[in-house]
Amino acid sequence: MRRGQTILLNCLAVIAAGLFLWLAKDSFDGYKIQILNLIAINIILALSLNLIYGFTGLFSLGHAGFMAIGAYVCSILIMTPDQKDMLFILEPAYDWVQNAHLPFLAAVIAGGLAAALAGVIVGYPLLRLGDDYLGIATLGFAEIVRVLANNFPRLTNGALGFKGIPDYANLWWNFGWCLVTLYVIVRLLQSNTGNVLKAIRDDEAAARAMGVNVFRYKLLSFSVGAFFAGVGGALLASLLTTIDPKMFLFTLTFNILMIVVAGGLGSLSGTIMAGIGITVMLEWLRVVENPVDLFGFELPGVPGMRMVVFSLALIMIILFRREGLMGMRELSWQSLTRVFSRGKA
Amino acid sequence: MNLAMFIQHMLNSLTLGSLYALVAIGYTMVYGILRLINFAHSEMFMLGAYFVFWGITLGHLPWPVAMAIAIAVTATLGVIVDQVAYRPLRDAPRISALISSIGVSFFLQNVAIVFFQAIPREVYRPKWLEDPIITHGVRILPLTLFVPLLSLALMLVLIWIVYRTKAGLGMRAISKDIETSYLMGVPVNRIIALTFGIGTALAAASGIMWALRYPQLQPIMGTIPGFKAFIAAVFGGIGSIPGAVIGGLALGFIEIMTVAFFPDLAGYRDAFAFVLLILVLMVKPTGLLGERLEDKV
Repeated sequence: MRRGQTILLNCLAVIAAGLFLWLAKDSFDGYKIQILNLIAINIILALSLNLIYGFTGLFSLGHAGFMAIGAYVCSILIMTPDQKDMLFILEPAYDWVQNAHLPFLAAVIAGGLAAALAGVIVGYPLLRLGDDYLGIATLGFAEIVRVLANNFPRLTNGALGFKGIPDYANLWWNFGWCLVTLYVIVRLLQSNTGNVLKAIRDDEAAARAMGVNVFRYKLLSFSVGAFFAGVGGALLASLLTTIDPKMFLFTLTFNILMIVVAGGLGSLSGTIMAGIGITVMLEWLRVVENPVDLFGFELPGVPGMRMVVFSLALIMIILFRREGLMGMRELSWQSLTRVFSRGKA
Repeated sequence: MNLAMFIQHMLNSLTLGSLYALVAIGYTMVYGILRLINFAHSEMFMLGAYFVFWGITLGHLPWPVAMAIAIAVTATLGVIVDQVAYRPLRDAPRISALISSIGVSFFLQNVAIVFFQAIPREVYRPKWLEDPIITHGVRILPLTLFVPLLSLALMLVLIWIVYRTKAGLGMRAISKDIETSYLMGVPVNRIIALTFGIGTALAAASGIMWALRYPQLQPIMGTIPGFKAFIAAVFGGIGSIPGAVIGGLALGFIEIMTVAFFPDLAGYRDAFAFVLLILVLMVKPTGLLGERLEDKV
């Protein structure tokens, strides 16, 4: 397939998606729109984790930490000084926190940049570690971020967190950022840099022997991933309009990891499909937590059952379909046309 | 700070440290053999404590019996988890088993939330553990003596198993080279199961004593002690049992003393261990007593 055709089809797909959103905006109820929003944000987060883990082989469990940084920075910037006056009741905010104010787009970018900066700072010492150790150390980083958020009342309002964050994050913003994320990561992976990242994942020692500055590329992938994790966190904060340190527990990282593993480590299209599937499933599973009426018998809802089913699903995937939905393959226009032409013949 | 206070803090840190050490031993044994961070280990800690609680309130068992049964049941559960969730992944990339263990950890934690409810429960403490002994101005709970002594006894049994029995020889052989051990006729799967059993039993014992010390049960109680114990294992050099003990004691000491001397930093207590971890990994990636890992090419 020629390059021009691919670009045309990509544009058509984006327009179709835009049309769908435009229709959805008016005809869906608020709950469904919220799920669509969450799908977009989860895809952003999962794509960024897949870049770090699936394509570069860096086992990072620190996504919740980057998200927290993005969410806090963005929230501080989009809340008006008056709002912050009302909000900081434990202790008054620092002056520079109190007076900082930026439009939404700039605030989201600032959140992403702050997360990326944190990625560089923690990546610098940690990325020399082997896979398991890196996982546990990045998990430690996320935990440190959370403890700091809990103990800096003048910056983060301590355990109370923020309420009433302006809800700018609508379908357009979320899916817009989703598109940007996808575009940047696809371009990054298609470039020579992408090949180097995959080489590092497949055999780090060999890549080093070929003269690749392994560390620099790892740091690049890690901080780009951190940037989009920060963006995802920022959008999430504005979507939910409330954040507190408890939100950024390891469970959050776990949900994103689940999407990446289910979609296939090293497959962007798999990540997108799993992002949609798992977000919907997580919502749908709320059914098991509510009372169910079964042929006249009232089955009591079981709180917590949702995560039981969810974690069981992760174990099943890793035991029986280790490579996830797509493995390391991608869905492309070419493979789609092949499927259709086979159908005709 | 006078001497009496200092002794009291020392005893406290010994108690906390030996609890960390017991959990750390389980991490280190499993890592030594399978190169797997068993995230589900901290849930074993929690389940052990709950099983004792059940034994006493529902089964009306006396303390020592309930404790022995709970440890045995949890150890069995640890072996089952290995058989179901890790054994099919022995030949898979190591990260698969790690993700599986995260899944198991979340699964057990949420099952606990469903069955035991998320609200914290109070733990009944036997009277003889609570009456303080006061000598020379030092107020000692029998508990602060009981915990390190029982831990010490368990560790001595463990060291005897690992260094004086045939099964222990098998463990040490497998941790050196699993394939060769297999070829030499070591019953690898049985020994791995035994390792999980022993490690889990120690975690359960630790969880039970933890519940006695902070008389409360909740489904997430294993998470933070579990992470800290893992850090203790890394600190001491993962794969080394003496390292796990030293790491656990050191972590308990640092934590108690930091809070005692700098009460302002108490809020950062849980982050402290992680900062320590990152520092240790940067300076000495294999820990205090860890062996040098060769770069595989």
